[in-house]
Amino acid sequence: MSNNSILVVGGGFAGITAALEAAEVGYEVYIVETNPYLGGRVAQLNQYFPKLCPPSCGLEIQFQRIKNNPKVKVITMADVKSLSGTAGNYNVTIAQRPRFVNEKCTACGKCEAATSTKVTSEFDFGTGKRGLAYKTHPFMFPMRYVVDAGNASEGELNAIKNACPYDAVDLDDKGKTFDLAVGAIVVATGWKPYDAAKLTNLGGGKLKNVITNMQFERYCAPNGPTGGKIMRPSDGAEPKKIAFVQCAGSRDQNHLNYCSYICCMASLKHVRYTRERSDAAVTVYYIDLRTPGRYAKFKDATEADPKLSLVKGKVAAIVEDAQGNPVVTVENALTGIKTDEKFDMVVLATGMEPSCAGLPGAAGATDADGFVIDGEGIFAAGCAKQPLDVMKTAQSGTAAAMKAIQTVVGR
Amino acid sequence: MAEKLGVYICGGCDIGANLDVDALAKFCADGKHSSAVAVAKSNPVLCSPEGKAMIEADIKENGLDGVVCCACSPRAKWDVFKFGDKVQVERVSLREHCVWSYQEDPKFPGQMEIIAKDYCNMGMTKLINSRIPAPELPTAFKTVLVIGGGFTGMKAALNAAALGYSVILVEKQDTLGGKAATMYKSFPLGAPYSEREQEIGIEQVIKDVQANDKIKVITGATLESLAGAPAQYKATIAGQEYEVGACVMATGWVPGKGEFLKPLGYGSIKNVVTAAEFEAMAKKGGIKTADGKTPTSVAFIVDTSLLMKGVSFGACGEACEGPEEMPCKEGEAAEEGECESYVYPDKESAKHLAYSSELTSLVALKQANYVRELAPDALAYIIYDHMMVPGINEKYYKAAQDDPGIMLTKGTVASVSEAGSAVVINAKNTLLGENVAISADLVVVPTAIVPTTAADPTMNFVYRQGPAFPDLELFDGFADSNYICFPYETRRTGVYAAGCVRQPMGLGLAAEDAAGAALKAIQCIESANRGVSVHPRSGDLSFPEFNFTRCTQCKRCTEECPFGALDDDAKGTPLPNPTRCRRCGTCMGACPERVISFANYGISQMGQAIKEVKVPDTLDKGGPRIIVLCCENDAYPALDMAAMRGKSWSPYVRFLPVRCLGSVNAIWVADAMSKGIDGVMMLGCKFGDDYQCHFVKGSELCNRRKENIAESLGRLGVEPERVEQFEVSIDMYDKVPGLIDEFVRNITTNFGPNPFKGY
Repeated sequence: MSNNSILVVGGGFAGITAALEAAEVGYEVYIVETNPYLGGRVAQLNQYFPKLCPPSCGLEIQFQRIKNNPKVKVITMADVKSLSGTAGNYNVTIAQRPRFVNEKCTACGKCEAATSTKVTSEFDFGTGKRGLAYKTHPFMFPMRYVVDAGNASEGELNAIKNACPYDAVDLDDKGKTFDLAVGAIVVATGWKPYDAAKLTNLGGGKLKNVITNMQFERYCAPNGPTGGKIMRPSDGAEPKKIAFVQCAGSRDQNHLNYCSYICCMASLKHVRYTRERSDAAVTVYYIDLRTPGRYAKFKDATEADPKLSLVKGKVAAIVEDAQGNPVVTVENALTGIKTDEKFDMVVLATGMEPSCAGLPGAAGATDADGFVIDGEGIFAAGCAKQPLDVMKTAQSGTAAAMKAIQTVVGR
Repeated sequence: MAEKLGVYICGGCDIGANLDVDALAKFCADGKHSSAVAVAKSNPVLCSPEGKAMIEADIKENGLDGVVCCACSPRAKWDVFKFGDKVQVERVSLREHCVWSYQEDPKFPGQMEIIAKDYCNMGMTKLINSRIPAPELPTAFKTVLVIGGGFTGMKAALNAAALGYSVILVEKQDTLGGKAATMYKSFPLGAPYSEREQEIGIEQVIKDVQANDKIKVITGATLESLAGAPAQYKATIAGQEYEVGACVMATGWVPGKGEFLKPLGYGSIKNVVTAAEFEAMAKKGGIKTADGKTPTSVAFIVDTSLLMKGVSFGACGEACEGPEEMPCKEGEAAEEGECESYVYPDKESAKHLAYSSELTSLVALKQANYVRELAPDALAYIIYDHMMVPGINEKYYKAAQDDPGIMLTKGTVASVSEAGSAVVINAKNTLLGENVAISADLVVVPTAIVPTTAADPTMNFVYRQGPAFPDLELFDGFADSNYICFPYETRRTGVYAAGCVRQPMGLGLAAEDAAGAALKAIQCIESANRGVSVHPRSGDLSFPEFNFTRCTQCKRCTEECPFGALDDDAKGTPLPNPTRCRRCGTCMGACPERVISFANYGISQMGQAIKEVKVPDTLDKGGPRIIVLCCENDAYPALDMAAMRGKSWSPYVRFLPVRCLGSVNAIWVADAMSKGIDGVMMLGCKFGDDYQCHFVKGSELCNRRKENIAESLGRLGVEPERVEQFEVSIDMYDKVPGLIDEFVRNITTNFGPNPFKGY
């Protein structure tokens, strides 16, 4: 039997866009998202370039559209397990992990207060802590707590359950597996930051005061671990001298064999974040500054900062001195002079790797880099397809919705 | 108007622990709205299955047509408090606005009950003054009009036709194909991205279009005018009128003017050509110098710094603000503000080279391949400062790097000069700091992508606000969106730009853009067909209703509507176009006669709600009162999150969410002041070039109107400082409580009571 509903795998910006654009034409859409919330990577950002506006502003509109449209069904903490059938007639098995919190949750926060144990927050890329019963962030949608049963003792679990006045904590939640019949699939599984630990010469994951660009976003976010203050991890001091190292993993045959599109603009944006908060001196080490098209204006305005140095040169190594200050070894490509420069903190502009890289792709075939390739009835959108900025991601999501509808139209 | 209300007070989430919910229910049942209240009850957890079942049973038993849920923010439990399309729902946010954010003032303790009662009364009033919208359903024309028969336009037409829609495709030239048909080859349109070149296959696309019986092609013609509104457009093409539903604007680009390339020797050195000219040469099958010889070396200049000298990207400010209305051509008497033809200033500048940076790099890499193919003995040089190939196209760049026949040189071009028949490029800041001189038989300089909309209105809207897209100055003529999240949203509903008229882009992206824009056009038609709004209030059934008998033809609504939804007749009476409207209410806010309202959001409704705030006779008898009008999309969620994060603020403020600050009518402020309210805060989105307002102009217009409000207050002897607008973004949850407290403190200590208090 053919089916005219559409499955969107991934509830980040590309997936939300694809789902809403299709639903507002009149099609039934399922969003299956692996996280407990929608919004994906943009939810973790402090601000977008070039407008320096908060991503939650656009997400609020998207969530209003979802709330007002019964044709969009949202399934969180779920993954595609298997897929069978052909274009127009797919059967998809979805496995939903237990949240241990049901729809009665009012997000009152009593469960969170019931235990004092804190664990590392995935949402903050390890820069912050969260409770055992937690909201990932204040703008979480759907706004419903999650219980981390894996890290909680039985006593803690009972305390969490007993703290809930609404009978919303369900410790017997086993998750569930169910099938969806759909006609087309949009794969919008997005990206993950390239694992900095693989950048051994740059001290990634090892040197305390060498962090990634996404961690820097979390520091600068008002809902981040420091409430928006830039602090260096080793001692909480405000850094007076910060280096941004471009192409940390990108444009490198040993790591990511492509450019990650956003990192140059992201680092220039981080220069702005820094300037809004302090008078720290900033150096950006780059190969090319990629500020295409309309972004030239942002680059021009950022370059005017007298405390910013833009240095063409690929960083060869980063080590730590006795005080824990990172020391950057780099050859200036324009002068040929090799220097060791000491900083208070280094931010690695780690690139984007498709989320599906290295995983058995449950929906859609992937190329050697892990990017999803369109198939008959299966369409990639956003950064699952290729590295993109948010604007082009939204465009890509809309185009994928069009292709998905073309597959199911008239069925 | 809701006439039979059920009012429900939730006791959960600390509400019951802090307020006597039964007493509150009784207050609602027996209070000033008692005649409209059929049921008023409390419930320990209103959002529980039992709570919802109770409300549903009451609706059935009492025939309720309105339910006031006094519980949490309308942004929470939205899926629970829905009772079908016959029952209106008003949410009173006791949790976020009263209990969780409560700050005790030792001078007047125990304000919480007073706050709760005010909000309950406001909620009931709002519902009593609200109707279920009943939109008029137009007969929708479902044809999609695509303007521009180039690659993007043809792809858009094929996409729309594939969904079963009829398409009219208009092309200015006598043949289809546009710029793509003049190109020799392309860089890759899709994976694998390292392929050196790709055939465009434009002939096949043209054939597909011509063979598609859903697509009517009109060549040698332009869109002469577009009158009407989405789903009801009348498009005039080659003198004939067509009924269309929505449009894809894919009118593409023209090569930038040579004058901007002068510093690179273009126009003065015969062997300096543009990339567009070089492309034409390759398409004709031979790369030749001016003397007709096959060159032994070709240099491509990608670095444009010499051309950008003195070009300012700086904050636009007034300099690049578009005129409110396009001026009439000189000499033409402007009769009643109308004129025969408009002056459309050409927006082209050297900045278009910066906009085109990515294509400049990609095209140079592509054309270097042409040299390798068509002049195999020649060397190709590329001189770049930043190789602008972001993302996956890095692979294409890499493939060129691996070619020994292509010499890539990092450098900034200092000069271009003639030496005999050769051209010498002097470059500095090369790798390792050397200055180099590159001599080539032929030099190719970049071609800027200049959108057709830079020099021509293109759409020729028959709209009161003029024939072109407004705000094109923001992107130097590109018909682009200023929204990062919503790249197809502009100020003209129903027209969606795609391809190079929107942004410089390659064919691969243009194909995607065409698909996206075609979908938006279809979505607009289908939304109009259902009588609902498109983005951002997608699905909204309400539409501004005009009481024309009181209209004074002041034209403010027609001028201020960010979407140009209102035309006017000869006398100046507004002519609404419901399917252009985005339901922001800016017209409602603009109207001095207060004749515009929505069924479920109106001037008197909000005015009545403000009057529900009980104001103590003097500051000594219960503190000041402040009204906070807040944007429901940004400031309101920020307040929700603040409350959730345990922030608190002055107990003397009362919030009223508005669709957009643009919908705030001065009468609300006057109402508040005449009631003795001590101050009015307006919390709206950031405005200016990087505006965050979802209705583009709302917060800016409110700020402009505020000046008038301040003036009229001044005349009444009320200090203008009592009314202030603040730019609040959605992530300012930790800052907004401080803003509120500071405003209240300022009013109380520096201005004291509203002089009208007690009258």
